[in-house]
Amino acid sequence: MEHREFGYRRLHSLLGVIPIGVFLIQHLIINHFAVYGEESFNNAAGFVESLPFLIVLEVVIIYLPILYHAILGVYIVFVTKNNPNNYGYFRNWMFYLQRVTGIITLIFIAWHVWETRIQIGLGNEELNYGLMESILSSPVMFWFYIVGVISTTFHFANGLWSFLVSWGITQSPRSQKVATYVTLIVFLALSYIGVRALITFAYGI
Amino acid sequence: MAEQNTVTFIITRQDSPDSAPYKETFNVPYKKNMNVISGLMEIRKNPVNANGEKTTPVMWDMNCLEEVCGACSMVINGTARQSCAALVDQLEQPIRLEPMSTFPVVRDLIIDREQMFDALKQVKAWIPIDGTYDLGPGPRMPEKKRQWAYELSKCMTCGVCLEACPNVNDKSDFIGPAAISQARLFNAHPTGEMNKSERLEGLMEEGGITGCGNAQNCVQVCPKGIPLTTSIAAMNRATNIQSFKNFFGSDNVR
Repeated sequence: MEHREFGYRRLHSLLGVIPIGVFLIQHLIINHFAVYGEESFNNAAGFVESLPFLIVLEVVIIYLPILYHAILGVYIVFVTKNNPNNYGYFRNWMFYLQRVTGIITLIFIAWHVWETRIQIGLGNEELNYGLMESILSSPVMFWFYIVGVISTTFHFANGLWSFLVSWGITQSPRSQKVATYVTLIVFLALSYIGVRALITFAYGI
Repeated sequence: MAEQNTVTFIITRQDSPDSAPYKETFNVPYKKNMNVISGLMEIRKNPVNANGEKTTPVMWDMNCLEEVCGACSMVINGTARQSCAALVDQLEQPIRLEPMSTFPVVRDLIIDREQMFDALKQVKAWIPIDGTYDLGPGPRMPEKKRQWAYELSKCMTCGVCLEACPNVNDKSDFIGPAAISQARLFNAHPTGEMNKSERLEGLMEEGGITGCGNAQNCVQVCPKGIPLTTSIAAMNRATNIQSFKNFFGSDNVR
């Protein structure tokens, strides 16, 4: 195929937002039901678990896109020579943090999937409030999840900014600046939703 | 301020393309309003290092001495820029000079920017008008657009944007911001526009526009103030549209 690299990189950019970004928002919102009580979370999570063709949805919308995004992403991290110490501009720091959070997020997701979805799949655990409560009652895991969730929301929000440039939507410096503020709000809002649910799971408040 | 007698330069030197780099310190007599190049000229006049040892004169590249040719780019105190426009009075001392690390070193501060010219070939950054007969005058260009395009045409292929870009390095084949902006310049020209798709195809080849990771150092360091990141975003849109045309469309020569 012609322009293979071009296609691979554009697909990487697209998958980060659709479907992975959309799934991330959905996932954090479902988690947030925990704040309204155990019953509420179990109902919401139970509904998602009861979706028809669940495994097909998971593979097509979640596993394959994340796997592709992660593998190409690690390659992208390796072909970069970061230089924010010599060129300490805001966007260069964001560029650097995008790579750092990408790696943290990959480690976090691998651990998180192993601990939850794979254990549920193996029949060792059940998907309910208690599972997350038992994981997050350990302070070490609580802080690991806090770092993981914030790293993920940052990677998504800043990636959204890059997505807008890569697809040629925000071209002018002014539109790119406004997009910085908008994606900052996305980062803060998603971080709040995610962290709020973690606090409920860990401390019941 | 007390009168300054000497200026100290710490220069990263390299005797040949394959030999190991080393640092050498020089103390140069201070002159009012001197720039980095006049300091290098003093070293050439009297090639004695700070230890009093006679050494080979430091080699560097230069031409216009007024920041329009791009030949004298080097890394000065950690930042890539033109040494002709780097005034000693405005620099922290000792002044550290290094060759731009993105490019192969020829000798001392002289680097080989050939990859930039290869990149211009990849994106066909010219307007093909040569032929066997007179093609006549081309379409006229609106004056406003000419003034806008003039800003993009100021690029002197100096290499500073490539040096500052974290994605231009020996592990990646990214062509860098300069050539992407040149493709935009020639695609904006009324005659150049006729070969628009050929330049976009060049940008979509290996090492092309997707090598950009939006660190946006290029636009910050460009000595000519070229809106490189705007050019990259504009070419992102144009290449995306071209790729859709190539895949879905039937008229993809334009």
